[in-house]
Order: sequence, then structure tokens, then C-alpha cells
Amino acid sequence: MASANTVQVRHQADAPSGGASGASAKSGAPVLSVSDLVVEFPLADGQVVHAVSGVSLDLADGETVGILGESGSGKSSAARALMQLPPPTAGSVKLQGKELTGRRGAALRTDRARMQMIFQDPISSLNPRRRVKDLVAQGPRTWGRKVSDDDIREVLEAVGLRPEVVWDRRPHELSGGQCQRVSIARALMLDPQVLICDEPVSALDVSVQAQILNLLEDAKKRYNLSVLFIAHDVAVVKNISDRVMVMYLGKVCEVVPSSKLVEEARHPYTQLLLASVPEMHSSSSGAGSGVGGSGPGASGVSDGQGSATSVGSVELPSPINPPSGCRFRTRCPLATDLCAAEAPMLRDLGDGHLLACHHADSRHAGSAGRGEG
Amino acid sequence: MGRPLLVVENLSAVITTGRGPLTAVDGVSLSLDRGEVLGIVGESGSGKSVLARTIMGLHCSDPRFALSGTVKLDGRDVLGLEPSQLRAMWGPEVGMVFQDPMTALNPVKRVGTHLVEAVRKHQQVTRRDAVGQALDLLDMVGIPDPRRRINQFPHQLSGGMRQRVVIAMALANRPKLLIADEPTTALDVTVQRQILDLLDRLRGELGMAVIMISHDLGVVAGRTDRVAVMYGGEIVETADARSLFDAPRHPYASALLAAIPSLKGAPHQRLAAIDGTPPDLVMPPSGCRFAARCDAVHDDCRVQPPQLIFDGTHGTACHYPVNPLISTASNTSGDT
Repeated sequence: MASANTVQVRHQADAPSGGASGASAKSGAPVLSVSDLVVEFPLADGQVVHAVSGVSLDLADGETVGILGESGSGKSSAARALMQLPPPTAGSVKLQGKELTGRRGAALRTDRARMQMIFQDPISSLNPRRRVKDLVAQGPRTWGRKVSDDDIREVLEAVGLRPEVVWDRRPHELSGGQCQRVSIARALMLDPQVLICDEPVSALDVSVQAQILNLLEDAKKRYNLSVLFIAHDVAVVKNISDRVMVMYLGKVCEVVPSSKLVEEARHPYTQLLLASVPEMHSSSSGAGSGVGGSGPGASGVSDGQGSATSVGSVELPSPINPPSGCRFRTRCPLATDLCAAEAPMLRDLGDGHLLACHHADSRHAGSAGRGEG
Repeated sequence: MGRPLLVVENLSAVITTGRGPLTAVDGVSLSLDRGEVLGIVGESGSGKSVLARTIMGLHCSDPRFALSGTVKLDGRDVLGLEPSQLRAMWGPEVGMVFQDPMTALNPVKRVGTHLVEAVRKHQQVTRRDAVGQALDLLDMVGIPDPRRRINQFPHQLSGGMRQRVVIAMALANRPKLLIADEPTTALDVTVQRQILDLLDRLRGELGMAVIMISHDLGVVAGRTDRVAVMYGGEIVETADARSLFDAPRHPYASALLAAIPSLKGAPHQRLAAIDGTPPDLVMPPSGCRFAARCDAVHDDCRVQPPQLIFDGTHGTACHYPVNPLISTASNTSGDT
């Protein structure tokens, strides 16, 4: 079923990826190229969890792509599959033109070395027995490289930690934000080209979240990184990304430049996410008023939220038996028979905006779109 | 309206730790009217959860806690109650919804058992009547097909459904006050919105007062009548929700608002992070506790702790507030 549902998410449409050189600075060639990624987990009873079903993505040099979606949307499974943790069921992952899937052991570790990952829980992703100086140096040492104290100091300062303060500390002696800084320092020590951040700020306080987001922006410039940033917070993703990819139940709904996310995103699921963002500056006066005039798609979703009937339809369906056709149709205010019959293809709307929906175009026609079919 | 439902006066909670006494809540006073919604906002370690639990009476018999001050719920002094009196109060007087719905439910008991237990704890009704009430409760919190759900175990429910069950348990005896401690932090954004809408609706239907605790100003904005911002165990600013969000006066409240990424701005805007870390409450600084992280700090801030000074209903504990009033207190009679 993967091939039937394949979608293409290409930013710079035709730069041929790969080639013998694999040089990073080659303009136009994506640093990371993912096509038709499929991740499936077999269950004991013979059923299969369809975590990711045909995702393609090119990450350009110096670009930040945000992946947005609820829990169960497959965003973390996709990120782990890129790192080959575990390898995807099908599809191709090319880092600087080198295919990572199908490789094992030392060959995989060598080819993957310049892609690093940061995880959600900063405390549990660090070995509690090690001290900061060793945690940071661990990556290069694994590769048999000498790490000087100056190197460690430099990277600690780069992530905003004072080396003389944290040098001998262990993770439990640090705050969550400091642990996340150590995680970032560990990743940077290996001179990565691609940094995959899986919900790096979800466990942090708002004030610390801002510190870490600023740090990631600084590190990106200083170390010339391309970043894949996964989160469920719409505003956070919008702020840090160049492009936003919205995922639902293992599929891509929409890819939109972040500068246009609020005004031009059309997929009903993107609209639902936008409408769910709590409003800061309106107390009790019409919720959703500030969501950039979200239109009938958004209001249709939020209108029914109080009643018990609509509540039943807002449960995320099981990825073991995803709905036929468009996977969002069970929660979609625009859904018709066509949506059940046929999975929408990801279409290019121009200017880097891609959309997989049968009806989002007619959204502007108001209720006409819903009566159809 | 009569007297307020809840009056907290000069409440302090000191916890014994290995490093010495830690003052988690330091001289907090607040009051809450019937049917009113108060939001308490602060970072981890600001003392907001300890405050809520102390109001509930959960720390009364804990030897590690030294409590002082008063908590009066509907005229009764909570801190002076015996354990049996507290148990009689939990349910009909005050209910609580915790952050993690999975740990708030017993994994080996069915949904119905939780609810029937809650009902029969305080009401002399037959089991059959209690089951009927349980079904009504599930319907009230928007769980579809209650007859099926009532026989399910917590692990068979999604996170949002579990939180609805926890809310149904808290409401089983129609409390006058509901304390919701980070009720949506463990949930997805779309589910968060549903749960907040649900709490809004139930408050209207049942006329109960709510204390909503969150680290996320966005959750509290638009859902509360009044907001109190906590920092280092103290309330540093309290006001009606609109004026706090539109014109915060304490630099910390202002910085918290500025640190939240906006949907409206362009991408890659630098966020106004608050540098530094919260104070160590075993050894709190002598002056203003926010002084070390404050952009507008003056010399006397480090020496003289500011008092919470009210101007109408807007209280601020700062020597040099941002967004100060255009004129002095005399001109604010139109406020509130």
C-alpha cells in the first residue's frame, strides 16, 4: 500500500541529489533526501502498525523544516527511521547523496555520523553517572578521536554553559534546560550537517524554551546546520522553521512555508491545529478570533466541540487500521464520499506550498464545499 | 455575593530537605469568590503546585511540611482539620484534577468502579443508583457511549478520555471548588482545547469556582477571570486576566509573555528569553527574588524585597513596574 500512497515533498524541485562528490556546499543539492519513507511495526497477532506511510522530503543546506502533528502522527517514527533507529520498512534516506538504508554496522555508523539527534527528555537521554565534560566528549572519543579540554570548553560556551561551573557536574545536578544544552553540545561535537530535534523543548518551561530555541538558531548559523525540528506546538514550529510539514496518521497533509502558515495553510487538519492554539490576548471574547481569520474550516471544527457527538469523531483513529482514502476524513468537516474512496495526492500549489486534500480548494466557497458529494 | 468561597492569608509552606528548609510557598494571600476562575501561572519550582495542594489540605499531616498562615474554605480552617474531616471535605467541597491522568487512575480498576467509588464515598445511595450517576457523569464530560466505556480499563482509553474520566471523578460530588493542576500539560494541543472547553462549560453548568494551575500562559489566557503569577514561592502579580495580559506590570510577567513565540510574527524572530535560572528557595536572595534575571533591576531591588501592592484589583510586587499607571491610584475608581 505504500507505493499507492506515495507523496513527493520537494523543495528545490529538480536538483539531482547524490552524485559521487557528496560535497556539502554544493548549492541546490539537498543535504538530506528522503523518499517514500515507510515505517511499519508488526504486532504479535499479525496486524501491522502503519506509523509512516510514504513520506518524502528534501532538506536543503542551511534549511530548517518543522514537522507538526499530534502524538500518533508518525513524526517521531519518521525521525527515528531517518537515523535508522530502527531502519525504515521501505524507502530511501540519503545523507549527502549516500544511501543509509540497507547499511549496517560500522558502514552505517560512518555514513550517519554527520546526522545527530536531540531527544525530548533531556535528563533521561544523558547517562546519569557521567560528568558533563565526559558526556560532551563521548561522541568523538567513540570515534577514537582525541578531544582536548579546549574543544569541550568551546562547545560548552557555544551552548551557553559556563564550563567552570558545569565541568564536573552530573545530569541530576543540572536543570532540564541545562541538560538540553548538554545534549545539543554532544551533538555539535560531532560536527553534524543535519540536526534532528525530536520535541526538544516540549518538556521545558516557557522561559527556558525561548532560551533553547534561540540557542538552536545560533548554533545553526555558527555550525552551518540543516535542522529537522519536530514539535506539536504550532507557534514554536512556525518560529524556528523555513518550511512546515504537517503530518497526520503517518502521512503528509500539507507542506507550507512558515511565513504563510497562518494565512495560507488550507488543509483542514492544519486549520484544526491552528484553531487549537490558545489565544493570548483575548479573554473570553470569541476564541479563535486571532487565528488569522481561519475561515469555515476552523470554525466548523471548533463549533461542535462541546457536544458529545462530535467528541466521538475527534479521537485519533488507530494506525493499525487507518481510515481508507484520506486518513483525516473521520475528523474532517469537509469530508465527502470521495475522501473515503480515494487518498488525496500531494499537489504542488506553487511557491513551495503542497497540499493533500480533495476539498480544501473549495473551502473559500463556504458551505458549498461541504454539500458536495 | 457575601463572603468569598476561599480565603488564603499569609500562607507559607516550608519543606524539610537534605540541604535545609526550603520555603516553597512564602506568604501567599489570595481570595476566590463563588463561581470565579483563578489562574495560577509560574515556572517549575515556583511553588504553584505546593500552593494548590496545601489549599486542598494534602500536606496537613505530612511531617516534612511546616505550614503557617490560614486557608479558609467556605469559612472552615482547612489547615486545622483532622484527616477524617479532610476526607469528608474532598469531594463535596473541593475536587482536584491532576496533570497525568494515567497515574490518577487505578490501572486495575474499571472506569465505572472509579466513579461509583467516588459517588458512594459521600452519598448514601444504592450501587445501582451510583452506576446511574456514573453514566450521567460520563455523559456530562462528553464521553460518547458511556455504557461501553464504564466497563473499560484506563489503558483502553486515550489520554484525553482519561482526563475526562478524572474530571468526572472530581465532579462526582459537585464540589464548590475545583483545583486543576496542569490539567492539559500531558495532552495534545487539539485535545487540550477540548478539555479546556469542557472545564469552561462545566463551570458554567455547575457554578463552581476553579483554580487552574499552569506553566503555560496561553492555557490560562481567555479561560480565567483573574490570574496570579508566581515566582520563587511568592505571588508577584495578580490582576484580572485581561489587564494582566494586555499590560503586565511585573517585569517577570512581562518577560513570560514576551518569551512565548507568536503565530502572528514572521519566522526566525529572536525570542525574548529570560536568562538565568529561578532562585534557590533554600537560600532565597534577600531582595526581590527576580532581581538576578530582571532587565530593569536597580540597586535597591537587591536589598529591599518588594511588597505586593494593590491598585484597585491589580497587585504588583515590584519597585519599578513596567506599564505603570498613567496616574496614581486615585484615578482608578473606574477599574474593576
